[in-house]
Amino acid sequence: MRLEPIANPSLARRLTLPALAIVATILIASLLAMIAGGNPMAVLGQILIGAFGSKFALLETLNRATPLIFTGLAIAVAFRAKLWNIGAEAQLYAGAVVVAVLGTGALQLPAPALLTIMALAAMMAGAFLLLVPALLKTRLGVDEVVTTLLFNFIFLLFVSYLLEGPLKDPMGMGWPKSARLIPEARLPRIVDGLRLHWGFAIALIAAIIVWVVDAKTTLGFEMRAVGQNAEAARFAGIPVTKVILKTALLSGGLAALAGFSEVAGLKGSLTLDLSPGFGYTGIVVAMLALLHPLGVVVAALFVAAIFVGADSMSRAIGVPSYLADIMLATALLCMVLAILLTKFRVRRD
Amino acid sequence: MELFEILTSAAFWAAAIRIASPLIFATMGELICERAGVLNLGIEGIMVAGAFAGWIAVWAGLPLWGGVSVAFLVGVGLGGIHSILSVPFGLSQHVVGIGLTLLATSATFYTYRVMLPEVSTPPKIDAFQPFHIPFLSEIPFFGPALFQQTALTYLAFILVGVVSFTLYRTPLGLAVRAAGESPAAVAAQGLSVTAIRMGAVMIGSGCMAVGGAFLTMSAFDSFFFDMVNGRGWICIALVVFGAWRPGKALFGAILFAAFDALQIRLQQTGIGAVVPYQVFLMMPYILSIMALIVMSRRAEVPAALMVPFNKGER
Repeated sequence: MRLEPIANPSLARRLTLPALAIVATILIASLLAMIAGGNPMAVLGQILIGAFGSKFALLETLNRATPLIFTGLAIAVAFRAKLWNIGAEAQLYAGAVVVAVLGTGALQLPAPALLTIMALAAMMAGAFLLLVPALLKTRLGVDEVVTTLLFNFIFLLFVSYLLEGPLKDPMGMGWPKSARLIPEARLPRIVDGLRLHWGFAIALIAAIIVWVVDAKTTLGFEMRAVGQNAEAARFAGIPVTKVILKTALLSGGLAALAGFSEVAGLKGSLTLDLSPGFGYTGIVVAMLALLHPLGVVVAALFVAAIFVGADSMSRAIGVPSYLADIMLATALLCMVLAILLTKFRVRRD
Repeated sequence: MELFEILTSAAFWAAAIRIASPLIFATMGELICERAGVLNLGIEGIMVAGAFAGWIAVWAGLPLWGGVSVAFLVGVGLGGIHSILSVPFGLSQHVVGIGLTLLATSATFYTYRVMLPEVSTPPKIDAFQPFHIPFLSEIPFFGPALFQQTALTYLAFILVGVVSFTLYRTPLGLAVRAAGESPAAVAAQGLSVTAIRMGAVMIGSGCMAVGGAFLTMSAFDSFFFDMVNGRGWICIALVVFGAWRPGKALFGAILFAAFDALQIRLQQTGIGAVVPYQVFLMMPYILSIMALIVMSRRAEVPAALMVPFNKGER
């Protein structure tokens, strides 16, 4: 077989194929639910109810989507420039560590000043953490996929050391967790009484800013040009190395904001289980969004809904909640294939 | 002084060889894929799936070698998914690989929960036991270090020989290497680049899965969720370190495992009392990054690695 480009894919083709990818995902999930002894309709229904069925469920979904918007943006920005940042998990924790250091009493400032400083410092930490692999890539040609992946393991061990040593809460009954943030360092709730913090609003603003940068500025144009064809971009006079490094700073900073928002907004202290793989799930979010910044918001809500819904389904029906992870991985693979098939036709030879 | 005593003890080198074994299987698997031109980032997930598949098969009643075969076949199947998406469809090998790792890992954990719903500690199996090779295991120092290992470790070393011989001494190996260097030349010979690459990815993925199975069937006798713990990513670094050559990659895996064995022992010495244990656990990952940096200037990367081949194009 070989692939033949389609000059002008029809709207029907561009809509049907992604829809088929979703259908395939749902079919596979149903099959797996049946293997585990669950009724597929009940399982899928309970996932929907668990994600959207009540005010509490909906807020939980929005809360879960918040860090995924940040990591999804981080990865969308990087992947657009073909900078394969798989280290969003470590960058998230870098941001979280900065918040735990500055927000537990080290800085005594009014809330707006303290929160701004914490957010900026967190972004700098995350940016630095991705700058190292990016420099290794541009200077020495070391593949950033492996270095960013290995950084995740190294940085998590570093956080583990901090939580058992310098950052350990003296009142923590021996648990490896940081002290609680002071009230001025907490992101307030958007509406009193509802469990949704300003991190969600900041995530939406971040998505809009990234979209504007991407669509309306020279940097955004250069980042896309480098991603599409680095050689051609260099030939056209775009400083490719500089663009890659700027992309790294932006991507690392965005991922760190996920850590900032989780600690300052949701949790109030740093623990080693702060992120159940938000950095990796961000890859799925970004790919499902076709690397579009505003699409990331939609994809993050979709992914968060599946996770929150599957947790609730697992408690109610007993099918393991890992079903959510399988659905997302399947959706990712089916979607990239569907997108390819909108642009190419398969020919037998 | 402690360091000298550690490095000259046969027990230390026996441990290093044991730690190296899963890395050797998986590194050979990745090397086969990359030599054919496909970067397989599914390696981490395939190792998780292989570790589980081999162990659960033995737990369900198959003999040990039956378990190894099941692990291999699971790896071949997962490699099949990777190769369909990455070879004929030419999708981004980064995205397909990461997606496959997520899929294989979550599918493994799901299956575990479905098959063992009420279990708090996973059951144990009768794992591979050390097999003393007659005469050779009697040699002082080398005997206990090399020839009192389990059968799977011997298989790992045999695999290096087989891969090396096949790649450099057979027409099949030539075709695989050419698919990774100059696919157009392979097509001009009337051979199918697609078939060669897909075959290489499936066989390579099978080897990775056996590497995972070593953990549950030889190194330990049970399955834990975080058991593979980044070993797959380390193997990708080892392929680069070994300059895409089986012999050098074997050397790299043993060197790497020796450092790993050393950090475990150093934790129990005077140094371990002063330095936090996390620093020791970081060493394998830091070493991998350093290996990549050192080798980056000298690497002879297969020219068509990560370049999809579509026969219609010129």
